Amino acid sequence: MLRFLVRRLALLVPVLLGLSVLLFAWLRALPGDPARTLLGERATPAAVERITAAYGFDQPLPVQYVTYLGRLLQGDLGTSSRTGEPVLESFLLRFPATIELAVAALLIAVLLGIPLGYAAARRHGGPLDSLLVGGSLLGTVIPVFFLAYLLKLVFAVQLGWLPTAGRQDPRIDATHVTNFYVLDGLLTREWDASWDAVVHLVLPALALGTIPLAIIVRITRASVLEVTGQDYVRTAEAKGLARSLVRRRHVLRNAMLPVLTTVGLQTGLLLSGAVLTETVFAINGIGGYLFDSISTLDYPVLQGFILFIALVYALVNLLVDVSYGLVDPRVRVS
Amino acid sequence: MPDRRPPSAVPSARPGGGAVPAPEGEALLEVRDLGVEFVRRGAEPVRAVDGVSLSVRPGEVRGLVGESGSGKSVTSLAVMGLLPRRSSRVTGSVRLAGTELLGMAPKRLAALRGDQMAMVFQDPMSSLNPVVPIGTQVTEVLRTHTDVDRAAARDEAEDLLRRVGIPDPRRRLRDYPHQLSGGMRQRALIAIALACKPRLLIADEPTTALDVTIQAQVLELLRQLVGETGTAMLLITHDLGVVAGLCDDVTVMYSGRVVEEASRRELFGRPAHRYTEGLLASVPRMDAPRGEPLRPIPGTPRDLLPWSRACAFAPRCAHADRACADPDLALRELQGLPAGHLARCAHPALPESAAPVTAGVGA
Repeated sequence: MLRFLVRRLALLVPVLLGLSVLLFAWLRALPGDPARTLLGERATPAAVERITAAYGFDQPLPVQYVTYLGRLLQGDLGTSSRTGEPVLESFLLRFPATIELAVAALLIAVLLGIPLGYAAARRHGGPLDSLLVGGSLLGTVIPVFFLAYLLKLVFAVQLGWLPTAGRQDPRIDATHVTNFYVLDGLLTREWDASWDAVVHLVLPALALGTIPLAIIVRITRASVLEVTGQDYVRTAEAKGLARSLVRRRHVLRNAMLPVLTTVGLQTGLLLSGAVLTETVFAINGIGGYLFDSISTLDYPVLQGFILFIALVYALVNLLVDVSYGLVDPRVRVS
Repeated sequence: MPDRRPPSAVPSARPGGGAVPAPEGEALLEVRDLGVEFVRRGAEPVRAVDGVSLSVRPGEVRGLVGESGSGKSVTSLAVMGLLPRRSSRVTGSVRLAGTELLGMAPKRLAALRGDQMAMVFQDPMSSLNPVVPIGTQVTEVLRTHTDVDRAAARDEAEDLLRRVGIPDPRRRLRDYPHQLSGGMRQRALIAIALACKPRLLIADEPTTALDVTIQAQVLELLRQLVGETGTAMLLITHDLGVVAGLCDDVTVMYSGRVVEEASRRELFGRPAHRYTEGLLASVPRMDAPRGEPLRPIPGTPRDLLPWSRACAFAPRCAHADRACADPDLALRELQGLPAGHLARCAHPALPESAAPVTAGVGA
């Protein structure tokens, strides 16, 4: 097991290295000049030249790459050409909000999706099943920003049950250690701050979690239906086992395998897909920052962001593979 | 070792005197007029089993023989109450030791399953849960039906695996199905079925998925275990060699109905229904002259008539004529055959006409 983990982690190095080369070349192949974009149309040639030189854009690409890589290995993601701030600092400030949102969305998707998918399969062909299948279809096609506005309008504006925007009520003078607000509240024992952050997360997480929720409902339903028809489930029934035991040990355990894979695949999408939700709920996450960086061709920010997402994605899927092995002995690593 | 081929040679009397009809006694399993219909919304119901009656006494092995689609597996699943409730309709009566099973509350039926009656399924590859260790799959049935604690159940499971001939059972308890060979998996399934010493054991083609040498071992194992405990066994098979080696009495099904019922010796010696006759004639014989062509039954089981109009076998039968178009063709005793030998046939192969078919058989 340990050897498997080490091998998989070691494999990450060439993958990320390759990705960084691709990214580097790719981003610079995009039309536009970062210095010109930054300074606007009426910038003097001298100013453009000064910025270009300041960020090293005038050097040959391979030299730029090696410089970038050297800094990267020391944990320096470079300086944003748009804000002039160190990229890492901005990330540490903004990523926690996005990660918190993505995790909450994933929790909603998993904790609701698996039981709902299971219930649909148990009542295969019944009204609840049809409702859930139809609902999950709707859930995958509804635009996230539309749903986000709708939720906000109904539950925050009209009913006033939940806050309309932000991550925390500013009147709560919370201490922020990690910038994960929920976690911060727990660490500093400011329970009300933590709870307020949770309350603020509900609507955005619902909006962001709808697509993965719908997908998990469908995968769970299909998977449970398939497993229920398997011979070993009939064997379990022929043993006269209690229904709950048949479900838990023989149906669910096997049905969870495809669901695990799906959850892993959704994680990357959640992180990169949070932009719209963050915008609607005025959450100061990575989304808006990234949007501005794209429009100004802020190379260091874009590179850092994509590399980070790739790293998270790879780690989550490694975790999925490990837990897959825990559930299914046939793929267990020796 | 049971001599499995040629099956049409009547085997010598088995230990336990299986060759003569088993001693009269109260039947443990009594199936009367069993009917199974599969219903689907927007489609005509499909009758898979129609008016099937059979009984098995303690210590007796009854063979249930037929081609795929003849309804033999559906019959066994109906007995166990394992047919999907929503898509099937079961009628008639199934009594286990006098207790009616059809219509019984699911919980009560589950209490009998695995305890009083158990089943060995045909495909050992797919019938064991791939993600649960063998040991748990054995102990869970013990822990469901008996009052044993975890440790005692484990010891008993080990003992069971040893009894069905799995070497190094302690280690095997921790193994997963994919770590066992096909024969070992079938043994594990048998161990699971026998765990609570059921009074009725249903074996649905227990050897089909195994290679020939392992088949013989598994059959011998089943025969021993049944012989030791006086279990009643319903053996479902399409393999006449298995019937010859193991069964006391035989019920032959075709297209959902029983077409012939007889003791093994009677059936192999004097098959009355033309379908049974064809089945026996189609088995390759080691003692046939070289170059003798095989004699298959023409057509496939799908070339059939609904029983409501005629004998379902008529389209494939060389003896079929207008008399076969009788919707009320009954399963009856035939003149010249001993009591208990029943056939549903308008032109049965009676002893004199059957003589050429069974020539050379030491009946």
